[in-house]
Amino acid sequence: MEVDRTSHELRPMTCELGHLSRSDGSATLTQGDTTVITSMYGPGDVRISKEIIDKATVEVTYRPKIGLPKCSDKLKERLIRNTCETVILSGLHPRTGIDIILQEMQNSGSFLSCCINSACLALLDASIPLKYLIAAVTCCISDKGEITLDPDLKQEKKSVAILTFVFDSKDFNVVTVSTSGSFSNEQFQSCLMACREASKHVITFYRESMLKKLSKSV
Amino acid sequence: MRETPLSTCERDFILSVIADRKRIDGRQTYDYRKIKIVFGIDRGCCSVELGKTRVLAQVSCEVTEPKQTRPTDGILFMNVELSPMACPSFESGRLSDEGVELNRLLERCIKESRCLDTESLCIVAGQKVWTIRIDIHVLNQEGNILDCASIAAITALVHFRRPDVTVSGEDVTIHELDDRDPVPLSVHHMPICVSFAFFDQGKFLLVDPENGEEKVMDGKMVIGMNKHREICTLQITGDMLLLKEQVLRCSNIAVVKVQEISELIQTALENDKTARSEGRKYGFAESIEREQITTHHTDITNVDMEDITKTNHETMDEEENQEQENSEENKVTILEKGTGIVGEGGRNSWLMSDDDEDVKIEPSIPNKSKKHKQKEKKEAYSFGDDSEEEETVVLDESDLHMIKKVPGSSDSVDLQSLKPSKSTPGKKKKKR
Repeated sequence: MEVDRTSHELRPMTCELGHLSRSDGSATLTQGDTTVITSMYGPGDVRISKEIIDKATVEVTYRPKIGLPKCSDKLKERLIRNTCETVILSGLHPRTGIDIILQEMQNSGSFLSCCINSACLALLDASIPLKYLIAAVTCCISDKGEITLDPDLKQEKKSVAILTFVFDSKDFNVVTVSTSGSFSNEQFQSCLMACREASKHVITFYRESMLKKLSKSV
Repeated sequence: MRETPLSTCERDFILSVIADRKRIDGRQTYDYRKIKIVFGIDRGCCSVELGKTRVLAQVSCEVTEPKQTRPTDGILFMNVELSPMACPSFESGRLSDEGVELNRLLERCIKESRCLDTESLCIVAGQKVWTIRIDIHVLNQEGNILDCASIAAITALVHFRRPDVTVSGEDVTIHELDDRDPVPLSVHHMPICVSFAFFDQGKFLLVDPENGEEKVMDGKMVIGMNKHREICTLQITGDMLLLKEQVLRCSNIAVVKVQEISELIQTALENDKTARSEGRKYGFAESIEREQITTHHTDITNVDMEDITKTNHETMDEEENQEQENSEENKVTILEKGTGIVGEGGRNSWLMSDDDEDVKIEPSIPNKSKKHKQKEKKEAYSFGDDSEEEETVVLDESDLHMIKKVPGSSDSVDLQSLKPSKSTPGKKKKKR
């Protein structure tokens, strides 16, 4: 169901904020057909064994759609957790827990970046103090060496390498990099530059969605 | 995280409202909340919203060995996940008592009612059968998860298509989805659970209890029924006693509700079918209502890549140059077998910056020994007056007015001490 597009385009993005009534913050983000629901609780009480005395404990749970979480899912969970922990000003809420839960709804490529972006939106929705926003962008390198931004599943399958970058919103420095496949140093640099440019559009998207959400006072 | 308990005040309020034959969300006694069914891109994936309660179901299949006792039957497996996303008190990975009850009830409703023809899932008797797995994820808990989950499970099961299989002799070919159209499962009927909550020893009855009502109810009755008025499962929990008439009355209500919900599922399936065949957009991305204030949508955004490629080449060139320079600097010279040196004769970076300054300041005294220099440095800090040699410094005219002559000291000071910040009184200067 993917629409034809050039390799330098991001798929259409749609987000819905605060639609889950039980959680403190929630967001559904779709990038093309890839859909992720994120909900989060906190800062709230935390199990004593996991309590940290000078900052909040950040926990991330990722749930795949089919079956129990596998090793690769745990890796993804870890990556998202580490990324979120660097962003949250956890020192402001010592001895509390911040729980982030992600649910896969539809994986149609660039899944990791969709997960991270929806986590960022959920954190925004819950008004958790953050150092900066984070924008994740995935790109893939085809066997001919062409770079495709925000690839769908078909493009990912054809590619030789998939790279996901996470940038901060202040100086657009790299926060996280996740790669698979083989690529040259030069290719890595050009992917980095392309994704950095694309991440600016993601940040704009965040800003517009928050502006829209807060445009009316209750 | 613990769940916020219901206060006595809230409890009393809900009960008093029910006694007035009203409900806290304004519904009538027999009303269901609004049901919304959305299908994903994948076959067998659907999300059902019952008011604010939300459940995601996904059906998947794989080829396995059949059970020894039933060699010609496929296997249906159900898994209910009470994800912490739904409610803070749910824990991931561990199934609570509530989760076990939910899983068992759904199994009884869907598996044991034999709505799925398991014999048609057999590929080779005793060797290969299809195992159908239904994963149910609860996304938001606002009461009556069971009804929502049963609707989601049966809808997903009907929506699902498994890959086609051809068997010729011993060879089994499973066709790819692009290769041959996948086939639907044979579902005989659609059992749907309807929950009734009882209050005040069965005096009051409510259909589709929401979260608050579920917390204060005396007990609950679940009727699993299909549209042919066949009861598939019936369960009563809680500490209450019911009359025979009440059970009958509930089953009559269930008949009506099941009819309505079945029709709703059918129309949802039809809509999805036409959307897919006509090539219209479908899936979760399309189901989000864009007019709401909490939603935002952007179309395809074009990322300007021309500048990037240009700057990228520049940075790459720079880096390459740097690398080349580095490679020249870091050339390894082999002294003898097994010994090599890197970067011989480079600037010594171990000396303190103060030393450098000293050296620069004294260009007029080129033949100073190293020992001498060290001494000078020492003096610059300590201004010691026990030096045996007399120090000589050449000054130009501009420096002259800054020099203070003070009797009592016999030593001269390094130029550094002449700087206003460092100049110390009590120093005598000798000039030549």
